[in-house]
Amino acid sequence: MNKKEYEKLVKKYSPSEDKLKNALMAFVSGGIIGLISTIIYVIFLKFDMDSVTSTAYTIVILILASSILTGIGFFDNLVEKFKCGIIIPITGFSHSMTSCAIDNKKDGFITGLGSNLFKLAGSVLLYGTFSAFILVVIKVIFNG
Amino acid sequence: MIYINAFILVGLISMIGQIILDNSKLTPGHITSMFVSIGALLSFLGLYDKLIEFSKIGSSIPITSFGNLLYKAALEGYYSKGIIGIFSNMLTTTSAGISASIIFAFIISMFFNSKD
Repeated sequence: MNKKEYEKLVKKYSPSEDKLKNALMAFVSGGIIGLISTIIYVIFLKFDMDSVTSTAYTIVILILASSILTGIGFFDNLVEKFKCGIIIPITGFSHSMTSCAIDNKKDGFITGLGSNLFKLAGSVLLYGTFSAFILVVIKVIFNG
Repeated sequence: MIYINAFILVGLISMIGQIILDNSKLTPGHITSMFVSIGALLSFLGLYDKLIEFSKIGSSIPITSFGNLLYKAALEGYYSKGIIGIFSNMLTTTSAGISASIIFAFIISMFFNSKD
């Protein structure tokens, strides 16, 4: 077996295992974020708040935590390891904004930080808002 | 029980994202944008309420809840204020997440510098 064949073989067998591992890692890490947020949520419920307010507090706390962890540089390691488990929850949104802010700070407050803040989060806002708009229009036309 | 449900729901949505990421050429940016739109679509089809029923807090943590909230807020705006309500109500319920992200991103970036 020459080197090329060997590489082909490795390519054939290794990714599927990695994919399974990645998927499990994403499940567990996403689940842990869900678990942590439930704990925060329940604590706020104990303070006589309704579920909407508690949810808002939970989201703000998660955003603050991921923003701080991004600043420290700890979050990049987590993203590398757990990928979608961190990116899909709201933590990913906050992470993308904070990291864009920090990375572009050196180019100045306006041309660097300000104009690049939504570099990654912008697409989420754009496509979320636009698809919501289109769907509302469809709903209104067909259901009145 | 609500702990387990939240774990399962957030975990599953993250896992679906990871599987798509691994089996396609899409970047995480594509995945998150796609998931927001999917959230709005599920809300439109009335399916997102099933997720909320399964886990109230778990359903509001993944980025899909953004789409759900945008759609619901805009629709509610239409019913209460007419066409202008779609525009003026669209971002109301997601405001906490967006403003917190902006404010904290700015404050945190004052204290830390990028490593490279």
